Amino acid sequence: MSVHEPEVLGRAYDARLMRRLLGYLRPHRRSVGVALATIAAGSVLQLAQPWLTKVAIDDHIAPGDLDGLDRIALAFLLVLAGSFVLEYVQTWTMQMMGQRIMFDLRMEIYRHLQRLDLRFYDRNPVGRLMTRVTSDVDTLNELFTSGVVTVFRDVFMLAGIMIVLLWMDWRLALVTFAVLPGIAWVTHWFRMNARESYRRVRLQIARINAFLQENISGMATVQLFRREARNFEQFERINRAHRDANLESIFYYATFYPAIEVLGAVATALIVWYGGGRALQDTVELGALVAFLQYSQRFFKPISDLSEKFNILQSAMASSERIFGLLDTPVEITSPTAPQRVPDLVRGASDVAAAVRPRGGADPPAMSPVPGRGSLPVAGPAGSPGGARIRFEHVWFAYRGDEYVLRDVSFEVAAGERVGVVGATGAGKTTLINLLMRFYDVDRGRITVDGIDTREIPLADLRQRFGLVLQDVYLFSGSVRENIRLGHDAIGDAAVRAAARSVHADRFIARLPAGLDSEVGERGATLSVGQRQLLSFARALAFAPEVLLLDEATSSVDTDTERLIQDALHVLMAERTTIAIAHRLSTVQDMDQILVFHKGELREAGTHQQLLVRRGLYHTLYQLQYRDQERAGTPERAAAGQTAPEPAVVDSGSGG
Amino acid sequence: MSPAASALFPYLVRYRHRFALGSVFLVLSTAITLASPWVLKHAIDHLAVRLGPDFMLAAAGPSLASHAAALVGLALAGGACRFLMRRIIIGASREIELDLRNDLFRHLQRLPPAWFQANRTGDLMSRATNDLSAVRMLAGPAIMYTASTSITFVVALVLMLSLSPALTLFALLPLPLVSVVVQRFGSAIYLRSERIQAQLAHMSAVVQEALAGVRVVRAYRREGVEIERFREANEEYVARSRAMIRLQGAFHPTLAFLLGLSALIVLWIGSRHVIDGRLSIGDFVAFNVYVAMLSWPMIAFGWVTNMLQRGLAAWQRMLDVLQVEPAVRDPETPVAPGRIRGAVEFRDLTFAYDGRAVLSGVSARVEPGQVLALVGPTGSGKSTLVDLLPRLYDPPPGTVFVDGIDVRELALDTLRGAIGYVPQEPLLFSETVAGNVAFGVRAAGGAVADAVGLAQLDVDVAGFPRGLDTEVGERGITLSGGQKQRAALARAILTDPRILILDDALSAVDTHTEEAILARLREVMRQRTTILVAHRISTVRDADLILVLDDGRVVERGTHAELVALDGLYAGLHHKQLLQEALEES
Ligand SMILES: Nc1ncnc2c1ncn2[C@@H]1O[C@H](COP(=O)(O)OP(=O)(O)OP(=O)(O)O)[C@@H](O)[C@H]1O
Ligand SMILES: Nc1ncnc2c1ncn2[C@@H]1O[C@H](COP(=O)(O)OP(=O)(O)OP(=O)(O)O)[C@@H](O)[C@H]1O
Ligand SMILES: [Mg+2]
Ligand SMILES: [Mg+2]
Repeated sequence: MSVHEPEVLGRAYDARLMRRLLGYLRPHRRSVGVALATIAAGSVLQLAQPWLTKVAIDDHIAPGDLDGLDRIALAFLLVLAGSFVLEYVQTWTMQMMGQRIMFDLRMEIYRHLQRLDLRFYDRNPVGRLMTRVTSDVDTLNELFTSGVVTVFRDVFMLAGIMIVLLWMDWRLALVTFAVLPGIAWVTHWFRMNARESYRRVRLQIARINAFLQENISGMATVQLFRREARNFEQFERINRAHRDANLESIFYYATFYPAIEVLGAVATALIVWYGGGRALQDTVELGALVAFLQYSQRFFKPISDLSEKFNILQSAMASSERIFGLLDTPVEITSPTAPQRVPDLVRGASDVAAAVRPRGGADPPAMSPVPGRGSLPVAGPAGSPGGARIRFEHVWFAYRGDEYVLRDVSFEVAAGERVGVVGATGAGKTTLINLLMRFYDVDRGRITVDGIDTREIPLADLRQRFGLVLQDVYLFSGSVRENIRLGHDAIGDAAVRAAARSVHADRFIARLPAGLDSEVGERGATLSVGQRQLLSFARALAFAPEVLLLDEATSSVDTDTERLIQDALHVLMAERTTIAIAHRLSTVQDMDQILVFHKGELREAGTHQQLLVRRGLYHTLYQLQYRDQERAGTPERAAAGQTAPEPAVVDSGSGG
Repeated sequence: MSPAASALFPYLVRYRHRFALGSVFLVLSTAITLASPWVLKHAIDHLAVRLGPDFMLAAAGPSLASHAAALVGLALAGGACRFLMRRIIIGASREIELDLRNDLFRHLQRLPPAWFQANRTGDLMSRATNDLSAVRMLAGPAIMYTASTSITFVVALVLMLSLSPALTLFALLPLPLVSVVVQRFGSAIYLRSERIQAQLAHMSAVVQEALAGVRVVRAYRREGVEIERFREANEEYVARSRAMIRLQGAFHPTLAFLLGLSALIVLWIGSRHVIDGRLSIGDFVAFNVYVAMLSWPMIAFGWVTNMLQRGLAAWQRMLDVLQVEPAVRDPETPVAPGRIRGAVEFRDLTFAYDGRAVLSGVSARVEPGQVLALVGPTGSGKSTLVDLLPRLYDPPPGTVFVDGIDVRELALDTLRGAIGYVPQEPLLFSETVAGNVAFGVRAAGGAVADAVGLAQLDVDVAGFPRGLDTEVGERGITLSGGQKQRAALARAILTDPRILILDDALSAVDTHTEEAILARLREVMRQRTTILVAHRISTVRDADLILVLDDGRVVERGTHAELVALDGLYAGLHHKQLLQEALEES
């Protein structure tokens, strides 16, 4: 399924949608009340102006009483001032309320986005989600600021005038109301069609955003492949679709509004024809007929006002369908309702969890940036020197349907162990980490950490035990420092520096224009790829995790630096668990355990020596590298070459 | 007219016929609106006369019906005019929006990577959508309202003048005040809109980054921080909007107040005129009605000012992008080399990113069919060097040559068409695998499959649910790291390049696959130039020329054998890599 496929447009029931939208007004009842009061008072004052004029004419001008006129003029001025104040108050309350509702709604959407799982992000382009948070919300603004309240007024007026008309002459009134079914039908027609076209507008806006997001961030690739013309074509197509959807909505709106007016004119004509006829038959007074006509025209004023609001409403409903659709997307991966506490997590982890919890609430307890353990550059979780014990038990997993990417995978990583994961590309190595971090949940089997199913550990507790270096490095625009500590203020400068030093990033950071404060640009654009990788490595260390998860963490780093980092890690992770994915066997050779994956299955496990003895997959991989070295042909190699197939029984841990 | 506004002018002029036609319907619909009360009045007068003593009842039917029909007919005509007016004018504004967005995107496509590094994606997106929609309001609704307002205004004025020129003059006394108010509020609205639009852009940049980095956000429990960041942006946006509300809250009532002043003056002075006998009481009443007619233009005037200023502020923001001259662009008179063979030369190349020197004095030369390899520590300038060849960044003149021609003298299309580039961080697009591989050229299925095979991606693709037609998600999110790299490789191979650049392009690929790829590439690249960046000696060993870069300088150069014999940095690296493997093996 294409990520750009139109999203499914659920036929949400308008009443429910509307009720939900109105729910956002509830906390602002007072503002609504104030607005209604000012509108009512404002209408009175508005009527006062012609009335004052009338009084002036009848009582003062006609008799020639100039003194009274002054008083009238003063009253007039007061009325003006009053209107000014009332309108100001009304605009202010309504608009402020609108802004506050928008604020809350945006926060609600964004909070939800921060909880949604990765499967959702696999399906939804970033640009589309951005549309939900920004422009979809903005479309609702008008509904809340001008729509809802004035609708009350219009409906109120409508009811009032209907009563007056019925009271004046019920037969004429019924004749006037004869057009109401017509209005209902036109409105229904408009609602069905306009909604559809507004949906299409929203859809196209989201597509425009998604397209822009992707192409702006990938512009260099576009240019390198001289793809500009074709991409432009593609963009123009979406753009045209957007215009067409808009033109369509103009069509419906431009038809709807005049149609209502024509119906109003039909009503007037009916009154003239039928009422006039009756006047001629002397059953109606001419004066009454004229008054009736005037009122009936007032009758159509709120109706055409309402039709205007109705347009706003349709557009708002189309947006709110999308917004609510997003808000109603269930979060598949959540913290358990009755979480299990890992015994040794209680002290250390929750401390750190509290310490790294972002601002808000109580001030975080300071986390000591410099650990107690002598030369260790970063803080360790106080309560868990041994790292965590991790078990995969018959794990099956598929990203899509039943295309299993992992099949019946079982292994155990003892606390403090260092484990290497190797295997061909696409074998499912990264997927292991995705599951361990609960980016996705296993389909079958389970994963335990210290004996507890990961699904029973609060997400934050679980994730805070791991320090992950992702295969696809991601840096945020901001300083080097911020990229290492990622907003967790508890990680002090010393810890940041220490982490940078242990991955040998300190040298290049020192040479940046502003050192740790240098801006790295979006996605770290102003750094070399290796430098970015080093920063993301430093980030993992700065968080002092119990378990370090390295997914090709040094693939873009030169071999010298890689070696230095490995040495540093030996010390740093001495008592903690490390899981390192690498395709360079040299990276994992001296690990306590090596897991060999092939096409989603764990094929072999053991130490380097054990695996070589088995003469299986690992052995083959190894020979490939060995052959590689042989071509280089140096004295050491020649000697080693002979021993390679029959591995020596020497302890491999000493290497490096 | 300000320079910004005049830049918008051509877009409006393009649709001048539509605007003219739309205006005709606008005038017509206004006229009809004014006419229908007149018909009604006529109908009633008619009734009144007929109700007089002399008339027979029998004649009543048809005439009443014709009046009624006239009313409906007029409404129909008016409705049709209004429909056409909306359709044409607002439709034109949608066309303008289309043109503007196309032009903006086309322009963005000409800007070099360095510019995108200085501008955030979310910000640019906001300009292409939020700002643009404010500009559209300026180009459509604002124009329409201005026209209809002016007509009503003129009509009311004429009617007023016909009744009493003197009183009209008095009634218009507050007009200068209106213009001062509009001026003042207008420029304030402009400034505040600018701030609002900027904040909107900032907000979308915040969202964009947080969503694009969702994995890191989750892994490091940065959700709270991101929510906080967003809340700040959101709050600031509300604060800035609030400043605008304060202004608008005052603006409309002020206009209404000034209009009320007019009415007050009319009442005040007019009544004296009536008492003096200079004005009949009927005319005075009518005059008051006409003054009331002005209230709609006054309200619309407020809206228009608002839309206008907001639109102009947004337009300025768009212009800030549209008026950027692309730093890397085609030469005035590009050299047309015919067919590029693929000889590459760097001649005493020195390069700096905004003042920070990254390459100094790099010289090297490879002939078609040869392999140039670059090795060196992280950050030594390898990627920078290869980026200069397709002019992602512009090298200084006279430093980088293809077939002996300075790359700056070649048309970008010619130059980039000859180069296949596999970047260090491969970026795929949300398309199918085949679509991504055929990104640079329109190619037949067979050619795509060949390229995929050459990049050793065929086995993986065979396992995908829909093979080559599998969608890969945004940035290729549903592929593994190695699959992405190989797809990027296939993409470059398919362009049939004269020069192939592999910037550490196999870093996520296992040794076995790497071997296989390099072996097949050697075949394909026999007649072409290859530039290879790598960290592993094993990858570069067979190159015709190896450059060892350190801190932007070439510290060693030669073939593998020469460099090993030289016993310098390269030899050290080589030794260490071998030793490392030998030790591990023992
Ligand atoms: N988000 C996803 N949605 C669908 N399929 C996916 C997703 N991520 C990975 N895959 C598929 O799952 C398989 C395993 O991918 P994984 O990333 O685990 O491989 P890997 O072993 O890490 O490979 P590499 O060494 O190339 O990084 C691949 O075939 C890949 O196409
Ligand atoms: N767009 C940029 N703006 C400013 N500085 C940059 C930019 N790109 C790279 N640099 C700096 O230039 C230097 C060389 O970067 P380059 O990417 O060429 O290194 P590299 O040799 O490719 O390294 P790696 O092996 O890590 O890929 C680095 O110090 C880097 O920080
Ligand atoms: Mg991977
Ligand atoms: Mg590089």
